[in-house]
Amino acid sequence: MLREITLGQYYQTDSVIHRLDPRVKLVATMLFIASLFIVDNWIGYLLGGGFLFGIIKLSKVPFRFMVKGMKSLAMLLLIALIFNLFLTPGEPLLSFWGLSITKEGVIQASMMTIRLVFLIIGSSIMTLTTTPNHLTDGLEKLLSPLKIFHVPVHETAMMMSIALRFIPILLEETDKIMKAQMARGADFESGSLIRKVRAMVPLLVPLFLSAFRRANDLAMAMEARCYRGGEHRTKMKPLVYRKEDRIAYLILVVYLTASICLGRIFL
Amino acid sequence: MAIILNHVGYIYEKGTAMETCALKDVNLVIPDGQFIGLIGHTGSGKSTLVQLLNGLEQPDSGNVYYNGEDIHEADYDKKALRSRVGLVFQYPEHQLFEMDVFSDVCFGPKNMGLNRKECELRAYTALKQVGVEDEYFYQSPFDLSGGQKRRVAIAGVLAMKPEVLILDEPTAGLDPRGRDDILNLIASIRKETGITIILVSHSMEDVARYVERIIVMNQGEVMYDDTPAKVFAHAQELEQVGLAAPQVTYILKKLEKKGIPVKTDAITVEEARDAILQVLRKG
Repeated sequence: MLREITLGQYYQTDSVIHRLDPRVKLVATMLFIASLFIVDNWIGYLLGGGFLFGIIKLSKVPFRFMVKGMKSLAMLLLIALIFNLFLTPGEPLLSFWGLSITKEGVIQASMMTIRLVFLIIGSSIMTLTTTPNHLTDGLEKLLSPLKIFHVPVHETAMMMSIALRFIPILLEETDKIMKAQMARGADFESGSLIRKVRAMVPLLVPLFLSAFRRANDLAMAMEARCYRGGEHRTKMKPLVYRKEDRIAYLILVVYLTASICLGRIFL
Repeated sequence: MAIILNHVGYIYEKGTAMETCALKDVNLVIPDGQFIGLIGHTGSGKSTLVQLLNGLEQPDSGNVYYNGEDIHEADYDKKALRSRVGLVFQYPEHQLFEMDVFSDVCFGPKNMGLNRKECELRAYTALKQVGVEDEYFYQSPFDLSGGQKRRVAIAGVLAMKPEVLILDEPTAGLDPRGRDDILNLIASIRKETGITIILVSHSMEDVARYVERIIVMNQGEVMYDDTPAKVFAHAQELEQVGLAAPQVTYILKKLEKKGIPVKTDAITVEEARDAILQVLRKG
């Protein structure tokens, strides 16, 4: 049941997007999100949608897989949609029970929904096509100038990659523990809220204990290999920009310029 | 009255690139009171198979029947099924959670809706059955040794008084002494209660001397399903799939090759000794 959470899970396949330098993907994701908030007309969104569509096609990740992951966020989208629909002041189109849907509300709500959907898909493409290790490598390299200000960039990146690495392990563990307790008649689904919360105890206690045990083992294993943090550490596979990465940056600049020009200034 | 698997198939991660077939067209009949060894290499589908038996997993094709009823019918009471088909998972760490051993064993009966007195009685009986002494009853289950934890985990399932007891790799991670203790314990539970026991393992040596039937799984399919002696006759094929027959089987086969007319179907050291003695006496 927990295996169904696919939002942001790495999807193994071989594509141009998968091979890109993680720094490119990080920067691209941030700029893409920024572009969504810069534009405020339909042409801009059309452009963003086209860009996104192209990337999805290139990434070879089945669209179905992305949508499946988005199901868990459907509720959030719905709430955003409803709030915008009803709470935007303007020319009323329809009113009932003292609430009214305005023309501005409809426009605002649909734009907001498109923005959110694009944002979620855009950022999930990054995590779908980049392994967590690559991602933190890229982040570390991007933020390395901050080391001058004594920001512990390497340590933070290491913590992040460990945390990300443990998510699937702990999910699998949760699944196993749930099954072990269900085999003893535990019921995680029915009953009142209080009962459900209490039913979590047999799940959470073994899970926490196991997380601590794993953390302890990992710390020991790292120490046994003389890990001492970021100073003078070299990489086995250092990140180097290649031709494709430069082309990707170029495409990104073109997209950004186009979306600023078309989506904001001229129309 | 039995468990019947009818053309059961199971697929992992259906519809993604990682799709793999865990079980293919498995047909089995498990009659009451049998002591079965379910053997296979890692990834052979044996763990998936046992989770189908108590309804924790649902087959993608085929049916599982318990006492003549399809357990995956919408109105079948799966909670009741799980108290009748008890499954002990590989790691006791996955199920121990209470402050003390005794309350942990009470968890199963409590979920069945029994009253407190009955729960405690069952917990006491179960703990005695697995040989946990009174002094451990009010200790934290996390302070116990590996072998003791495993006993408590088994007691946790036994307390539900199942009709079928499935143990998934109960000897993994134990030293030889602990392993023998647990296996002897399982054999004695079986002797006392006469319930069906399915012992999942990847080690032939472990199960050979105890069980009356061995089911060998390979890549999601049932490869052999027979008495131990007959299964071990296929020593060569077993090796090809990463399993092995007990050591004594190899010794007897070598003796036979050298021209000594010894019977090769022995599976325990004692049987092998008798087989060799028989030849020597004749000679």
